[in-house]
Parts: sequence; C-alpha cells; structure tokens
Amino acid sequence: MRHSVSLNLKKCRGCTTCIKSCPTEAIRVRSGKATILPNRCIDCGTCVQVCPHQAVQSVRSDFYMLKRFQYNIAVPDPALYAQFHHLDDINIVLNGLLSIGFDDVYESAAAAELLADCLDHRTGDGTLKPELSPACPAVIRLICIRFPDLLGHIAPVITPLELAAILARRRASEATGLSPDEIGVFTIVPCTSQLTAAAAPEGLKRQVVDGAFAIRDVYLALLDPMRQLDMDNLKPMAAGAAGVSWAFAGGEALSRRDKNYIAVDGINNVIRILEEIEDGRMPEADFIELRACTQGCLGGCLTVENPFTAKMRLKGLMANLSPVRPRTADREEVSDILDYTKKPEFLPTFQLDSNRRRAMEKMRAIQKLEEQLPGLRCGSCGAPSCRAFAEDVVMGRASEDDCIFKVRERMQHMAGRTDADEYLPAPFRRHQDDACGGLPPLLDDR
Amino acid sequence: MDDCITLTYQVEGGDLSHAGEASSGVKQALRKLGLDPSVIRRVSVCMYEGEINMVIHANGGTARVDVGLDDVTITLTDTGPGIPDIDKAMQAGFTTAADSVRDLGFGAGMGLPNMKKYSDEMTVESTVGVGTTVTMVVRIE
Repeated sequence: MRHSVSLNLKKCRGCTTCIKSCPTEAIRVRSGKATILPNRCIDCGTCVQVCPHQAVQSVRSDFYMLKRFQYNIAVPDPALYAQFHHLDDINIVLNGLLSIGFDDVYESAAAAELLADCLDHRTGDGTLKPELSPACPAVIRLICIRFPDLLGHIAPVITPLELAAILARRRASEATGLSPDEIGVFTIVPCTSQLTAAAAPEGLKRQVVDGAFAIRDVYLALLDPMRQLDMDNLKPMAAGAAGVSWAFAGGEALSRRDKNYIAVDGINNVIRILEEIEDGRMPEADFIELRACTQGCLGGCLTVENPFTAKMRLKGLMANLSPVRPRTADREEVSDILDYTKKPEFLPTFQLDSNRRRAMEKMRAIQKLEEQLPGLRCGSCGAPSCRAFAEDVVMGRASEDDCIFKVRERMQHMAGRTDADEYLPAPFRRHQDDACGGLPPLLDDR
Repeated sequence: MDDCITLTYQVEGGDLSHAGEASSGVKQALRKLGLDPSVIRRVSVCMYEGEINMVIHANGGTARVDVGLDDVTITLTDTGPGIPDIDKAMQAGFTTAADSVRDLGFGAGMGLPNMKKYSDEMTVESTVGVGTTVTMVVRIE
C-alpha cells in the first residue's frame, strides 16, 4: 500500500497523542518515536491534524515538476476556492492558476457534475443499496480493510479529481496535438488521502495524474499573482454551483437524484454508519455520502481555513454561479470511463494468521494476556489500548515488559512485597477508597 | 472445547443507544480470525437482532459467541418474561413491542425471522416467567 503520510522523526517526541486518535489503530510509539503500521494506515490525515509537534507530514509534489511537461493542467478541488478572504469570483482563482505556471485548468467541480449525472443515469450495474459514495479515498481504504462485505455498495470507484484528470488530458491532447504523456496533469487536493490516490488510485487500473499539490501550498503561491490579475479580462471558466458544493458535507448527496440520502462526515461517524449497514440496520436511504473529514473536504488536513468559515465563503461564491454548468462531455464518454474502473480488493490487514487454527491460538493468547492488563489505555506502552498491546505482544511487535504495570509487578516482587505505588506516577497509584486497589488482577501474588 | 474461542458480552436492558456494541466487538474478533466477510456479516446481523431483542423485551441478558473451526455459535440468554407462543413469534411482522419502542423504528416483528434467515440453525427455548435462550449456528464453509 502506498502512503502520503510520513513522520518527521526529528519533530516527533513520542507523546502518544496520535496513537489514540488513529481510527484504524495504525500507529505505535517505539523507542520514543511514532511509527506507522503501513497495512493499517488509510491516509485519512487525522494524525496530521492532532499532532501537537507537527511531526506528521505529507509527501507531495514540487512545483519544479511542471518543467517536465510541454503543457500543464491544474485540476483544483473546489475546497481551494474557500480558502481566500474577500474573494467574490471563482474565476480569479482559476485565472491565478494560469499565471503560476499552468496552461489550463480543469475543475474537479465540473467533473463532479458529470459524475453525478452519469451515476444517476446508470442502471443495472449491480451496485447494492444503499449506494455508497466513491469520492473519499480514505473511506474507500477503510472499507477495503474493515468492511469488505460492503464493497459491492460502491460502484464505480472513481473520484471527481480522477475523472477530471482523465477528461482534461484528453481535451488538451485533442486541442494541442501533443501526445498524452507530454501533458502534465496535476491535482490540487485538500487532504492526504487524495495525495495518496493521485499516486495510487483505489479504483483505477493505472495512475491518471502526474502529481498532486496541497491546497495550502498552492494557496500561498496564488496570493500575490491573484492580486495582479487584470480583473476586467478574466477568462470565464467556473463550473456550476452543484459541482462546487462537493467540497462540503452534503453537497454530493444534494447533487444526486436520490432524495432519500444521508450525508455522513467525520471518520468516526463514517465507521459507525458502516457498522450499522453491516448489522443489517439499513437506513431507509438510497444513497449515503461518506467523508472522512469533518464538514467534508473543507475539513481536509491540507487546507488553510477552518471548515466552518470555509463553508460560509463557498456558499457565498456559489450564489454567483449557475446551478449546473452546461455539459462539456457527453454522458457516454463518462460512462465508458466508469466502466473502466476496477473493484478495490479486500485487504485482510487485521487477520492474525492466514491459517485459522493458528489465528485462533493467537487470539486465545491475546485474550489471556489482555485479562492481565489494567485496561487503562494509558498509552505508556506505545499502543492505543491494552487489547492492541496484547495483540502486539502475541504478534511479536512488542514485549510484555513494555507495559508499565507489568514492570511494576516485577518490581513489587523484587522489592519483597513492599508497596509498589511509589514506583508509579500519580495518576496510576491506587485509590485510597479502593479496597482491591482499583488495579488490575495482575497484582495478585502468583 | 479446545479449538474454540469464546467471547461473552453483557447486554444492558432498556438501553438502545448502546445496542450494537456486542455485535461490533464480535465482528472485530472474527475479522482477526480471518473469517469470510459474508460469514462475518451474517453473524453480525444475527447478533444485532438478538441484542435488540434482549434490550427491548428481556431487560438485557448475556450474549455468548463460540467460534470453532467449522462454525460460529451464538447463544443469547435472558431472564426476561419468556415467549408464550414461539411459532407466532417466528412469524414475520408479529410483534409485542410497545408503541414507544416502535416509534423509534424498532420492534417491527422481524427480529426472530431475520435471525432464522441469516443463521444455518436456530433453536429457541423459552419458559414464561423464567426466560429465553436463543441458539444460532452460522457455518463457516
């Protein structure tokens, strides 16, 4: 699995903040530094947002890459437009992109409108109800590792950014006569999951973009050039309001035909709703929009503005747009592209062993060890919970001695039954009202 | 049984907001054991429906899940009011749930029929005034 989330070990202080917020329990602290279990990371960017030391970084393209191509196209996510203060026309941003090195712009918002139109008119492709949104790569990865039985509810797996990139390259190749590989197509994205998708798309057979930039980097590069534009001679390029609305939670659902929909944002809310669908608690909804970030893509970890202010701004910008831009590609062309998508595969990353008998032995060992642990989720061992720690020990990723309570048990033994409370930091000492110590069964003498 | 993993959960009565937690825990365990996703889904539907039944009708109870090499056995035990007519309770749409529960979208009379549909074997033993034990088997292959 490819990732765009990486750790800066110089900045990481091993504070354990990230391990507890990771929705897939993919981070451990080892020797004072966080490490990522690559098979579990879905690149949702939660750790990027919570790290108090800015030690979690994203791997993204550099602007010098534009020099490699004859002709460069920017594919901006509509969340970009919401970052600017006092902006009243999206065309200013799009023309600004033309002045920082891009030869053309193809909006993700325009592709979003085509995608919604095409999905609404597809019939009989076997997608199960409720249909799940294909637009958030972090959610798709989550489903691949944790909810494989729901993969049949998403089809096809393509994001508006990816569709925009494919169409942009075709249009530019036709218009300029250049071969497709002489054309550079770069997405401008709000989050780490879209950075990863640019390099390794979940539902496409091959990469369709040449690189991806973070909104916050492009924002800085655009500030001055946007001020210097000739405002009376802007090239009109903006998509319709429906496509732009995909940047915030609920926008995609609104632009679809199904009126019985729910829009879910925030990775923990997404997990909850997927659990419900798995349990057979099918909400009455025909369509479910899912976004890993709070407030949707506006809440992405690579944006500048807080998602709430950004949403207000985007709504203001949408008021000046036509509801949907006139179609630039016909439905059949888009439908052919959708037919080309592949089904993402189940990644059994949580499986303890490929042999079930051995997996069961390991689980018994985990259960046994977990019973002896305090259940405090203190994080001192570097794992997010005692259960995760027990699993790490059994799987050979940690030693039992990494648990401060296990060490205490040994100290107590060595010190000859004296009270071991003095070895422990205050929060972990025994409560005076608690006759049994309020501490784990591991303390009974054996 | 040596070749068996046992998971047990206490299900609190009257607390619909936590219903589904036992099912969630079982799913995580089964994923770790590498069971087929479709088997996990069937077990989760059986567990969830059973959990809801115990919450609504029986003031809670115990859910025990035994995972063997060939099958998953779910045993739900409660000390609730018991089911006077099991055949009737098995009919789709038959319900004794209070209106207050039905207003929340539960108690549609599909609990036991769904559990039967998603399991390979199901037995219901019930004594009025004593309690109910529902046993479901989902085969792995």
